[in-house]
Parts: sequence; structure tokens; C-alpha cells
Amino acid sequence: MVQNRPILDIISHLVLIIGILIVALPIWITFVAATHDPLRMTQAPIPLLPGSYFWENFVTTLFGRGLSGAETAPVWRMLFNSLSMAMMIAIGKIAISLLSAFAIVYFKFPFRMGFFWLIFITLMLPVEVRILPTFEVVANLGMLNSYWGLSVPLIASATATFMFRQVFLTIPDEMLESSRIDGAKPMRFFWDILIPLSRTNIAALFVILFIYGWNQYLWPLLITTDSDMTTIVMSIKQMLESAEQQPEWNIIMMTALLAMIPPVFVVIAMQKLFVQGLTETDK
Amino acid sequence: MATIKLEDLVKTYGDVEVLHNLNGNIQDGEFVVVVGPSGCGKSTLLRMIAGLEKITSGKISIGDKTVNDLEPADRDIAMVFQNYALYPHMSVRQNMGYGLKIRKIEKQEIERRVLEAAEILGISEYLDRKPRQLSGGQRQRVAMGRAIVRDPQVFLFDEPLSNLDAKLRVQMRLEIRKLQKRLNVTSIYVTHDQVEAMTLGDRLMVLNDGVVEQFGTPIELYDHPETIFVAGFIGSPSMNFIPADCSEKSISLCNGKKINKSLKHKGKVSIGIRPEHLEEDKKGNIRIVIQMVEQLGSNSLLHGTLEDTDIEIVASLSGHVTAEAGSIVSFSAKETNIHVFNPDTEKRLG
Ligand SMILES: Nc1ncnc2c1ncn2[C@@H]1O[C@H](COP(=O)(O)OP(=O)(O)OP(=O)(O)O)[C@@H](O)[C@H]1O
Ligand SMILES: [Mg+2]
Repeated sequence: MVQNRPILDIISHLVLIIGILIVALPIWITFVAATHDPLRMTQAPIPLLPGSYFWENFVTTLFGRGLSGAETAPVWRMLFNSLSMAMMIAIGKIAISLLSAFAIVYFKFPFRMGFFWLIFITLMLPVEVRILPTFEVVANLGMLNSYWGLSVPLIASATATFMFRQVFLTIPDEMLESSRIDGAKPMRFFWDILIPLSRTNIAALFVILFIYGWNQYLWPLLITTDSDMTTIVMSIKQMLESAEQQPEWNIIMMTALLAMIPPVFVVIAMQKLFVQGLTETDK
Repeated sequence: MATIKLEDLVKTYGDVEVLHNLNGNIQDGEFVVVVGPSGCGKSTLLRMIAGLEKITSGKISIGDKTVNDLEPADRDIAMVFQNYALYPHMSVRQNMGYGLKIRKIEKQEIERRVLEAAEILGISEYLDRKPRQLSGGQRQRVAMGRAIVRDPQVFLFDEPLSNLDAKLRVQMRLEIRKLQKRLNVTSIYVTHDQVEAMTLGDRLMVLNDGVVEQFGTPIELYDHPETIFVAGFIGSPSMNFIPADCSEKSISLCNGKKINKSLKHKGKVSIGIRPEHLEEDKKGNIRIVIQMVEQLGSNSLLHGTLEDTDIEIVASLSGHVTAEAGSIVSFSAKETNIHVFNPDTEKRLG
């Protein structure tokens, strides 16, 4: 719809600007808070313009001991933990669901639909519902306080399998047939044809799953007791609670700011593929 | 290069039998066109030869080898699909070389063969493009190139031209024909277009409802159709059929008029005469009430009904012929151009 109506233009811009302000203001305040000294942050009108302590806060937060008095790992360590967990979840989920979707769509084996529905039913059981038995299993396997413990239980889920199944179903049968005539064995077909054809969907799913993994709160809280294993999302919450005196807002906000960077980076890096993956229809 | 032998082929899907006891021998280097109406089992037959469909019973041999249990890749065939089935993420070069790469053929050799095939097909400039950057005709060529580079014993084509526009179809038809003659590879080509079938094939296998109606050269099929189905299917516009009575001496049409044809048969028959074999003849006994005339330039089609009946008849006369609607025009036909069929078995009598 290309129309030349200035009033409409102005109104739509206005709406967009208001929207952006609503979304951006908290982020701006977070940024501003991260650039002041702790004292300034306790005084009444909260500052709206950046201060001069950005670098100092940055260094203390990232490499220091976090909050004074609290026994937490340095923030770089938490960032690393979070990153490992999110990556393992995203990559693990994608790998497993690509393979299971491949099996379900392209192989005829007994109870194929049975397996499909079994996987499908697990969609109804998110981590929160099965948290106690899962904890029991993870504890028995000795995976508490480890990256495996953080990620493996979250890898098993059906959403991605289901999505890849739909993607594979849109790929015409002739693609498989001509690759069979070309002499491709099943795994060769999987690598050479299926994966490249689902590239954009993989990227879209990676973004979604990375953020899902990054934002995990309850599960890491449950299975990590070692402060070296805490993730950044749970530590932000802990910082607010554990401070005996006034919360050190500048440090907390700097941590929050740092916690935002990896997901934002992933989204920006994958943006083009992500949009294609969600919108493209023809194969 | 190889012969292909089909013996008592049967294919069932569940309880439905779609191919019934199909037999046929295809010579080395021969171009066989399988033709028939939609749903008659052409693709199924082709896919069975390719190894993409299981054979319910019967035997397929390529060369001297029975291939029933071989994977498609081990049958030494190449197939061109109706929608081309090019890999969308690979360049033309990669598409054409993929089969060779899997066979672990050396890089230089692959490159050499791809270039050679591209040269033959005139697609050398597109080698680095992706399929979606090509026109339909160009994609078609790439699909053929992919078949050629493999240097197989057999080419299989499943309606490869049906996605092209009419003009390009005629052009590609010629090219496929020339290419096949040049490479001299045994080929099976599936189509439902009888003109395509007539122009391409050394021999035609006419399939109807999973049964081979006739298997012969285009001329045999045209001059000596073995069944009513073949008679009606081959030729355009299609053959006129008139119910008639046959006695030892002559045949009388259902409106009582006699025509010349000697045949040792007694009883009801169905006679068939092609529109182009009806000749204007003042004394002719095939009298037609004209309804409409279609001018096609080089010839004219006279549509009408047989006098005193409502059997529709089409006559094709060369040049510009005019006739009043409602007037009666008389025709005759040479004896050799009159086909007689048994209306019950639908088989040819003479
Ligand atoms: N997978 C299948 N399951 C069941 N029936 C099938 C299957 N594939 C084909 N058929 C049936 O087999 C018959 C022959 O199909 P086929 O695809 O060979 O027809 P065709 O001659 O190639 O037709 P067209 O000219 O339309 O391509 C059809 O009646 C079809 O319904
Ligand atoms: Mg078909």
C-alpha cells in the first residue's frame, strides 16, 4: 500500500515513536544507572543523563567480585556459564530434533506415528511441570553443578522436532528421489540436501532457542549450588536479594546491561536468515 | 547402452492394481514413448524402472541384469522429472556434478564432463547460477544436463516438457530427439500428449488403465490401430466412429448406407475413419449434415452429423472449404483407411 497522505504518515510515525519510547526508556534508564556511582543512585530523583563511571563500573562488574559482601562469581564467569548453557541448549535441541524429524518424515519403521505422538505429547510437559522427577534424575546421574545438568534436561522437547517435521514435509519428494538416483545414501541426503534447504529455519530456531536458554531461571537456580556455576539471569535476581544494605544499583544495572548483549548480538547476527526463515514459503 | 525387458509387471497400491501384467522389450538405443491418458499408470511404470517404486510382481531387466532389487543409483539410469527436481541451493555446476561427486569421481573429470554437457545443451554461461535464477527452459536443460553427465545406460523422462509454453515445448522436443539420436542412449519418455509421442518416439507404448493397448511405431499405430482406444487416442482431431452392420459382402452404416469394405465377419461392428481420410465425393455414401466449419488456414474442419442420425462426424479437408450450415456434403473413404472394430471386445477386425 503506497499512499501519499501526509497526515497518515505523521500519525503512524507518532505511534511508532511512542512505541519505541515505551520500549526503550527502561533500557535507557538501565544504561544511565550503570554509569553513575553507587551514592548517586540512592539519591531521590533518579538520574536521566549518563554519568562518568561507566568504565569503572564495567571493570568492577565484569572482573570484580560483583557486589561487595556477596560471595558471587565475577560476572564474566556468569556470562560464560550462561553462554555455554544457551549454546548447548540451542545446538543440542536443533541437532536432536533435526535427526528425529528426519527419521519420522523419511523412514518407515514400526510405530512411526506412535513415536511422533509420543514426542508431540511431551510438548505439554514443560520443564516446570516435570521439574521434580527431572531433578531426581539429574542428581542421580551426578550432573548437579555441571553444564550437562544445566542443559540436557532442557534439550529434550518437542517443539523443534515438530517444526522441522513441517519444514521437511514441504520439501518435494522429487528432491529425495533425484538424490537417490544420484546415489546419495540417507545421511548424505540429510547433510547435502535437507540441512541446506532448512538453513533459514535452523537459524530462526537457533535465535528463539538461544534466547529461551539464556533466559532460563528456575532450572539453573535449582541445580546449581556452586557460585562458579551460576548463570547471569539468576544472579541478577540474587543480587537484588542478597544485598544486606542498599542494593548497589550501578553494579546490578551494569550486570543487566551485560546480560542483554549476547541475545541482542545473536538476533542482529541472524536477523536476515531469521526473517527469511519465518516468512519464506517456497522451497 | 542397453536393452530393457519388462516381464509380467504388476503393481498394486493396497488392494488397487494399477498395472496389470505388463510386457515389453525395448531395444538398445531405442526411444520409446509411453503415452496414455492421465492416471493410466505411466509414471508408475517409469518409477518402477527407475527403482523408486517397489515391483509387486514380475521382472525388470536392464542389459542382462535383473534390477528388481537394485537401488536406483545402482541401475545405471538417469531420470528427468516433470518439475526438474533441481537442488535449489546448488549452482547449476554443482547440480550437474552432484551424482558424480557421490560416485567419488575426480574433480577434473567431473568438471570436464559438466562443461561438455553444458556445451551440448547451450547452458555454459549459466553454470554458476542457482536454479531459481533460470527460466523454465533453462532449468529443463540443466535437468537434462544432470542426466547426461552421468553417462547412464538408460534415460527416463517423466513429462519433462509439460511445464513449458507451447512454443518452447516444440523446440525442446526437437532438441531432446536430436540429443537422444546423438548420444544413442536407450530412453523411455512418458507423456500424455499424443503429438509429442508421435514426433519423439521410435516406438510408442499406448497404456490405458494399466494395460498395454498397443506397442509399435507411430506409423503402425496410425495405420493399424489394434483397439478402439488406440484408434481414438492417436491422431488429431480424433477418429470418427460409426456403428455398422457387417455381412460377408459389404458393410452398411447405421443409417442404411453401404460402404465398400470386404471383411470376413458377420454381425455388429464399429467402423472408424480418420477426419483427414474423408474425401469429398459427390457419389459418396457417407453423407453428413454440416453444422459448422472451422477454418484453420491450411485445412478446414467440417463438423456435422451423419445423415438421419445424431452421430457426430468431423472431416478435415485441405485448403479453404466453405459449406452452408444445414447442407449435406457427401464423402467417401479408401478401403484401407476404413478401420473395423468389434464393439464388444474393442479389438480390430480389419
Ligand atoms: N502412492 C500411491 N498410492 C495409491 N495409488 C497411487 C499412488 N500413486 C499412484 N497411484 C494410482 O495409480 C494410478 C496411476 O498413477 P500414475 O501416477 O502412474 O498415473 P500417470 O499415468 O502418470 O498420470 P498423469 O498423466 O496424470 O501423470 C492412478 O490411478 C493413481 O491414483
Ligand atoms: Mg505422471
